[in-house]
Amino acid sequence: MIEDIELETLINEVYEYYGFDFGSYSRASLKRRVNRIYHLDGFTHFEQFLSKVRSDPEYYRHMVDEITVNVTEMFRDPSFYTVIRNQILPLLGTKPFIRLWHAGCSTGEEVYSMAILLKEAGLLQKSLIYATDINAKVLETAKKGIFPLRMMKEYSENYRDSGGKEDFSNYYTANYGIAKFNEELAQKMVFSQHNLVSDTSFNEFDIIFCRNVLIYFDNDLQKRAINLFDDSLAVLGFLALGTKETIKYSISPGKYKQLDREKIWRKIK
Amino acid sequence: MEKDQVNPDFKVVIIGGSAGSLNVLMQILPQLPAIKSFAIVIVVHRKSTDEQTFEELIELKSAVKVKQVEDKVPLLPGFIYVAPSNYHLLFEKNNTLSLDTSEKVNYSRPSIDVSFESAAEVYKNQLVGILLSGSNADGTNGLKVIQNEGGTVIVQNPESADMPFMPNNAIQNMIPDYILNIQEILQFILSMDN
Repeated sequence: MIEDIELETLINEVYEYYGFDFGSYSRASLKRRVNRIYHLDGFTHFEQFLSKVRSDPEYYRHMVDEITVNVTEMFRDPSFYTVIRNQILPLLGTKPFIRLWHAGCSTGEEVYSMAILLKEAGLLQKSLIYATDINAKVLETAKKGIFPLRMMKEYSENYRDSGGKEDFSNYYTANYGIAKFNEELAQKMVFSQHNLVSDTSFNEFDIIFCRNVLIYFDNDLQKRAINLFDDSLAVLGFLALGTKETIKYSISPGKYKQLDREKIWRKIK
Repeated sequence: MEKDQVNPDFKVVIIGGSAGSLNVLMQILPQLPAIKSFAIVIVVHRKSTDEQTFEELIELKSAVKVKQVEDKVPLLPGFIYVAPSNYHLLFEKNNTLSLDTSEKVNYSRPSIDVSFESAAEVYKNQLVGILLSGSNADGTNGLKVIQNEGGTVIVQNPESADMPFMPNNAIQNMIPDYILNIQEILQFILSMDN
């Protein structure tokens, strides 16, 4: 296990050499991730690892890709998607144009899930889905809409549990262990790199999804991100977080109203 | 924020288990009076659909209050915390809990090893790790780390476990401080407030 002081040294050096600030990331998780890549890549001395990160930008990028968590799935928490389908989309559907933002979209599984819901509600044509992440590599995967075929059984169950009525396999073409999702779904997606630590608001949205991203941030950075979402949300827009995340430590109560027990808040002023 | 590290002034009991462990917990937790000087954290493998039910059951049967685990919830003595399914549960140095959706460890999320190791780093000799019934190898490495950091390690006597594999695996790979039957585990926890 690397030492706390070593982790702090790495954070400082990365900031100094590359300008990327991990200083407000949750330490418990960050330490596990750094420790994992340190051992996977066969380092035995911390100095050696540090010097590789400093001197080799290619390796630095690889390290960042590996320490940011990119585990995601389609229709994760089906009950969440049931609420989106039955309660949120009918409201958004009354608008002439719908802007959505998936912040920290990783490889895009949730973005495609959302496109499927929009299509089934007949709203995809008037929607624009922005999908952002700090990690350029995962965005490339997301753009292609190619996911492992072995996951499709679970995803199709999630889809059905969320209230999906179609044959899920109609949404992709299976080929040599991969599932390529229909181009039609990606038509309204815009992918771009965006960093919640340092970048600012870039548009106004009707709904923002940021699920299981804030858990990697400390309270201060969570506050920054949630205020960035607040700046980017239209009044009566929605903010959707992961099932164990909350805005209550970050924003003044009264500005948002929570939907029942779901982690979806509506901006009311 | 994590830099403002203070030595935790309370103890933490972390209990890990898999198949057959809920039954053990339901023999222990209802027997506890309100606890004062320590917190109990439970990390068990289970289906996400059982989640609410288990916490509601503890709330109903036990005098100890259950705090819902959300990301960055403060860890306080006097309460029971249950790791949510589909997340790893981690401990921060400022006495809060963090969640993490990274890869499964030992085919499990939450992984007992992950939580034991993380708790050991923060709570050191203030930590008691208890491993219960189960049919997977999760937990053994975590117990080793708890012991290395000065904490106390208890393994359920495999003879009293529905699924002895998990406690057996621990006993074969390390020397626990105690190997206890269910009633003895209860007595141990009861003695902690004295």
